[in-house]
Amino acid sequence: MSTHEIPEPGGQPGSQPGSRVVDKAQYGLAAFLVLAGGYVLIDAGGLEDGFADQPVQPYTLPYVVGGVLVLLGVLLAVATARGDRPEAEEGEDIDLTQGTDVRTVGLLALVLVANIALIDVLGWAITGALLFAGSAAVLGSRNWVRDIAVGVALSLGSWYGFYVGLGIPIPAGILDGVL
Amino acid sequence: MDLLLDGFQTALTPENLLFAALGVLLGTAVGVLPGIGPAMTLALLLPVTYSVGADSAIIMFAGIYYGGMYGGSTTSILLNTPGESSSVITAIEGNKMAKAGRAAQALATAAIGSFVAGSIATVLLWIVTPQVADIVVTLGSPSYFALMMLALFAVTAVLGASKLRGFIALFLGLAIGLVGTSTGQARLTFGEPLLADGIDIVVVAVALFAIGEALWVAAHLRRKPLEIIPVGQPWMSKEDWGRSWKPWLRGTAFGFPFGALPAGGAELPTFLSYATEKRLTKHPEEFGKGAIEGVAGPEAANNASAAGTLVPLLALGLPTTATAAIMLVALQGYGFQTGPTLMDDHPDLVWGLLASLFVANALLLVLNLPMAPLWARLLRIPRPYLYAGILFFASLGAYSVNFQAFDLALLLVLGILGFFMRRFGIPVLPLIIGVILGPKLEEQLTTALKISQGDVSTLWSEPVAVVVYAVMALLLVAMAVAGLRRPAEPPAPSPQDEKELIER
Repeated sequence: MSTHEIPEPGGQPGSQPGSRVVDKAQYGLAAFLVLAGGYVLIDAGGLEDGFADQPVQPYTLPYVVGGVLVLLGVLLAVATARGDRPEAEEGEDIDLTQGTDVRTVGLLALVLVANIALIDVLGWAITGALLFAGSAAVLGSRNWVRDIAVGVALSLGSWYGFYVGLGIPIPAGILDGVL
Repeated sequence: MDLLLDGFQTALTPENLLFAALGVLLGTAVGVLPGIGPAMTLALLLPVTYSVGADSAIIMFAGIYYGGMYGGSTTSILLNTPGESSSVITAIEGNKMAKAGRAAQALATAAIGSFVAGSIATVLLWIVTPQVADIVVTLGSPSYFALMMLALFAVTAVLGASKLRGFIALFLGLAIGLVGTSTGQARLTFGEPLLADGIDIVVVAVALFAIGEALWVAAHLRRKPLEIIPVGQPWMSKEDWGRSWKPWLRGTAFGFPFGALPAGGAELPTFLSYATEKRLTKHPEEFGKGAIEGVAGPEAANNASAAGTLVPLLALGLPTTATAAIMLVALQGYGFQTGPTLMDDHPDLVWGLLASLFVANALLLVLNLPMAPLWARLLRIPRPYLYAGILFFASLGAYSVNFQAFDLALLLVLGILGFFMRRFGIPVLPLIIGVILGPKLEEQLTTALKISQGDVSTLWSEPVAVVVYAVMALLLVAMAVAGLRRPAEPPAPSPQDEKELIER
């Protein structure tokens, strides 16, 4: 299913504890932590003194959290340079012996983005079906007709289930009046 | 006692029994699906409970809770790939038993053991929770603040495999918890008015558990189908009963106290139970090849400890496991102020929950033992449909909170965060607990300092607070000593590697 694969150092947890393979991607995470922490600090700097009845200033906790995030980012970078490698999560359907299937993840994210973009216009009853059928297709299902049928059944079922069973009216979008 | 009887009265009305049964079935069905642990089951099914009345919702929720736990152990026995760390031990012997043709007995001892442990633990809950709550209400904000610090610290540093990664998760969670205008000023809202009320914890939980997991699985989807062991009706011979009942009781004895500590967690008691059974067994040769004691004990410990985590949850408002965190979110979603005053403010609710836990536990046994072969069939669901379904229901759950596309965007962003957390081995639990407890921590600190008029020494002015800080200091020292004791192999393993072997 996939053609684009990148090697993943975290793929074989504990296989060679002594080897000095540096997981370079982990520097990216460290940078993210420093950036996130930095943003928390900048945001905290923009806060004003609290009211007289606020013994804990609104910026106190953000300063602590932001500062520690930056520190953790630095520590992670140091640990990475010293050969620390993550233990990627395993699971029932997970095969870590292969690389990361970037294409599938990207396409799935696209399906989710499409759902976000369309849900206000088309309504859940339509985008939910597309979401299901699209995800199933991306994940390797080859039976388009069945994918869409299951998707439509699920989205209509959930729409009516919420509306009738739970009394929660999910906005109907362009099907307003039809459903 | 009257309160308990009232609770049963609520739980045993035909309508509520129906909700309990529905909850058990839904919980088992979702929990048995591969890749979905009890916490994700709860997070996905939470929106369903929101619209029925608070009584019925809680009873249904208790059913989902026990159903999800039971479903999880079925998966680990039949697939040998535990959904979460507390069922690792169950999977070791359970799957070996299943492979040796004793799947029916493994499922039976797990189910009956869970029932026995759950029943005993629920009774213990009835006794312990009110007493703890009575003590807790006398505590001031300083002690409560200290207890929250202990819970955060323990969940992050004691339970996790890598301490550095635990703290990364915790502080990311605390940062997410900062978002909003609770202090009167907008913090970390990026100027977005929709973020003024903070990020809905349901969205955070669903994103991290469901979207993160689905994306992560999509990146590593197993191409070969897993070997699934066919299973018939669960049953046990007289000998199996004889070998099971003691491990059940011992497992319960291990599980409940560990769960009840505000630093709880199910991994340690299941591990201790396994080690004990291995030592006490009359069939040591079977261990590692499918010993029934090795399933009975840890599974009972797992369930008892899960019930035990309700003590800090109900009496203190402190969640210590992912499942408990979602339960706390649920209680808040039903409109209840969680914390030390919950028992006093809503005795009907708490006792209704405690009674329905018992009912749900019994229903579980009655409904699920006969249905085990059917549940096992769910393991064969085509993977594209399974994960498409998870994405579908996760989106539905997040969307149904406010009907805003914005929540779905948040769901995606946090889901991508969840994906990378799995990639880099960062645990999800400290993050969730951080999001929940961060704002409460700030609140308690504010209350404490308000009363003391800004005098910081108030934080260690109560004996309980002092004891708690002493315990934390001891834990720190113990961790440091354990770190130093490790032989310095070249290259020196970073200190956060310790305990990995134990926890895994």
